[in-house]
Amino acid sequence: MQPGQAPHGNLHHRLWMYEAMVKSRELESRIKTIYFEGKTPVFNMAKGPIPGEMHLSMGQEPCAVGVCAHLRPTDFVTATHRPHHVAVAKGVDLRKMAAEIFGKKTGLSRGLGGHMHLFDAAVNFSCSGIIGEGIAPAVGAAMAARIQGRDDVAVSFMGEGATNQGQFHEALNLAALWKAPVVFIIEDNAYGISVCKAESTSVASNADRAAAYGIPGVFVPGNDPDAIHAAAGEAIARARAGDGPTLIELETHRLEGHFVGDTVEYRPVEERERLAELDPIQLFRSRLIGDGHEASELDALDAEAVRLADDAISFARNSEYPALEEAFAHVFG
Amino acid sequence: MSSVDVMQETGAKTPAPRQRRLTVARALNEAIHQEMATDSSVVVLGEDVAKIGGVWSTTVGLLDAFGPARVRDTPISESGFIGAAVGMAAVGLRPVVELMFVDFVGVCMNSIYSLAAKQRFFSGGQVTCPMVLMTSVGGGYSDGGQHSQTLYATFGHLPGLKVVVPSNAYDAKGLLASAIRDDDPVVFMFHKGVQGLGWLGTVPRAATHVPEEAYLVPLGKAAVTREGSDVTLVGLGLTVHHAIDAADQLQKEGISCEIIDLRSIAPLDRETIRASVRKTGRLVAVDDDYMSYGIGGEVIASVCEDASITLKATPRRLSFPDIPIPFSPVLEQGVLPNSEKLVALARQAVLEK
Ligand SMILES: Cc1ncc(C[n+]2csc(CCOP(=O)(O)OP(=O)(O)O)c2C)c(N)n1
Ligand SMILES: [Mg+2]
Repeated sequence: MQPGQAPHGNLHHRLWMYEAMVKSRELESRIKTIYFEGKTPVFNMAKGPIPGEMHLSMGQEPCAVGVCAHLRPTDFVTATHRPHHVAVAKGVDLRKMAAEIFGKKTGLSRGLGGHMHLFDAAVNFSCSGIIGEGIAPAVGAAMAARIQGRDDVAVSFMGEGATNQGQFHEALNLAALWKAPVVFIIEDNAYGISVCKAESTSVASNADRAAAYGIPGVFVPGNDPDAIHAAAGEAIARARAGDGPTLIELETHRLEGHFVGDTVEYRPVEERERLAELDPIQLFRSRLIGDGHEASELDALDAEAVRLADDAISFARNSEYPALEEAFAHVFG
Repeated sequence: MSSVDVMQETGAKTPAPRQRRLTVARALNEAIHQEMATDSSVVVLGEDVAKIGGVWSTTVGLLDAFGPARVRDTPISESGFIGAAVGMAAVGLRPVVELMFVDFVGVCMNSIYSLAAKQRFFSGGQVTCPMVLMTSVGGGYSDGGQHSQTLYATFGHLPGLKVVVPSNAYDAKGLLASAIRDDDPVVFMFHKGVQGLGWLGTVPRAATHVPEEAYLVPLGKAAVTREGSDVTLVGLGLTVHHAIDAADQLQKEGISCEIIDLRSIAPLDRETIRASVRKTGRLVAVDDDYMSYGIGGEVIASVCEDASITLKATPRRLSFPDIPIPFSPVLEQGVLPNSEKLVALARQAVLEK
């Protein structure tokens, strides 16, 4: 894909969003299964082909695709500890991403980073395990585009929990002050680990906080790819036109635990039982069919997503681990 | 005799009827329960500490026992809630605050080193900061470089903070009780590798007999975990267990190791280290923090600057190399200190000239 070309190429943006959601889901469902390899009968996070913490984004795919449908590879994106859906939608190399998650030398970062530290410079994507860490760098990258005379934008994804970090407030003020071409996307899945939004945040909607910085604040309910696409399109166009930052809070749903292995007992049972009905991929598929798309057309996209996910996973599995020297080779240039 | 040896002795036999074996996590939890029950000024703050009892199970049951006024889940606002804890401490409360991973200290360092650590000094002794900052440290389970550091020396370096690192459950309970009762800020660093959680591997030896009643283990006093004559191995937290494993191995080769468990790095019990090396003449320090400007260097300096000690071998240190912690399990395991590397260094020290 070339700069300036929409990520969906010739595919209608709704079908592109559908396919990207399925691709992310297929990749993550494989990761989830493999995560338990070597961790039974006794669950030990250190064991198996995918060790460490694993934060899945299942259910939150609409946030990633609705926003990234408007982005080019030269636009800059920062994501969080729950990065896979955004990485897939931003066009991160699927094979290298899977290999990084397995800690292989063919990974994006040769196995040095892992699932919370996916970097793909080719599409200007990165993420971090420290809450709120990506917000200010997005402001900086946005300002760099302006200083360098590019009309690229930056987007910072964060959870609703991150809005209570000091970084969030400092970065929003900077962005507003400098009229930076940046968009702040808050994925409100209602929880930060076990603590629900009502118990952590003084206002019901983070969109209200935009007023404190004199920038537009938008709330998009429903975890709806079309609605997110519309709201993000407006904000990104505004940023590109030089009219400054926008904050968008998206209602979304975390279908899995905080990390794989989380028993989620802190969520009310009724809430957990409702989750299956809230699967945004199923809902979007039904809507597309209702709007006249053929099921076979969507099945073909599903099949392609499955093929790509399988390919990425087998690439990761079959790759070698890095040599020990690799650990010492990237501290300084 | 330290509790670690008590465990070794009792481990093989059926435990005596009054022996209760607790994990470090449960020992820490019991200490907080007991201190909260006897002192109404003790309060607990942190992410996920109330409703689910802490990601590391340190605060299980406290919300039910003491209520939401004294046990609070916080937003992800470390700079704010640690700063707030210093304010609470200034006017009579004893906050126990959990920073989920020590790696997150980057977002709240000011509240710790500029505020908590300097309250007493800047106020000329008028204002104290009886706060405990509990935090998990350590890697070895492939959680990547922002969730696996120990950062011991970062805290040890800052005047005004006491820094405690238990290696086993008995010490953990007594040290935490001492920390809560202490009038100065204590950074209490518990290592994930000895915590005894169901979902993370743990050194079984770290779960020890823990008396039911409250007791204190003094801050700033190292333990002689094992007596020996040929070489002194100095460790803390998880690396005490590397030292025990190494000593067991070396014993088979006829090398007798004395093991020192630092337990606190600030204050550092230099005298216990020196007394041991005065006897053995050889020193190997082992920690899992970054090497440069670190624990090993400080331990070695403590010995070298004492003219009364005659060394029979060059002092050695084993630490994490000066690189961020790699994710890939082969890389991380390859660079972490372990008992084999320690055996090799101790053997070199004994065989030197
Ligand atoms: C500075 C910092 N504090 C705490 C954590 C531990 N932590 C990891 S994820 C998380 C919850 C984040 O909630 P939210 O921002 O809503 O994102 P979500 O997990 O819901 O995607 C917390 C507290 C961290 N990684 N960084
Ligand atoms: Mg959340």
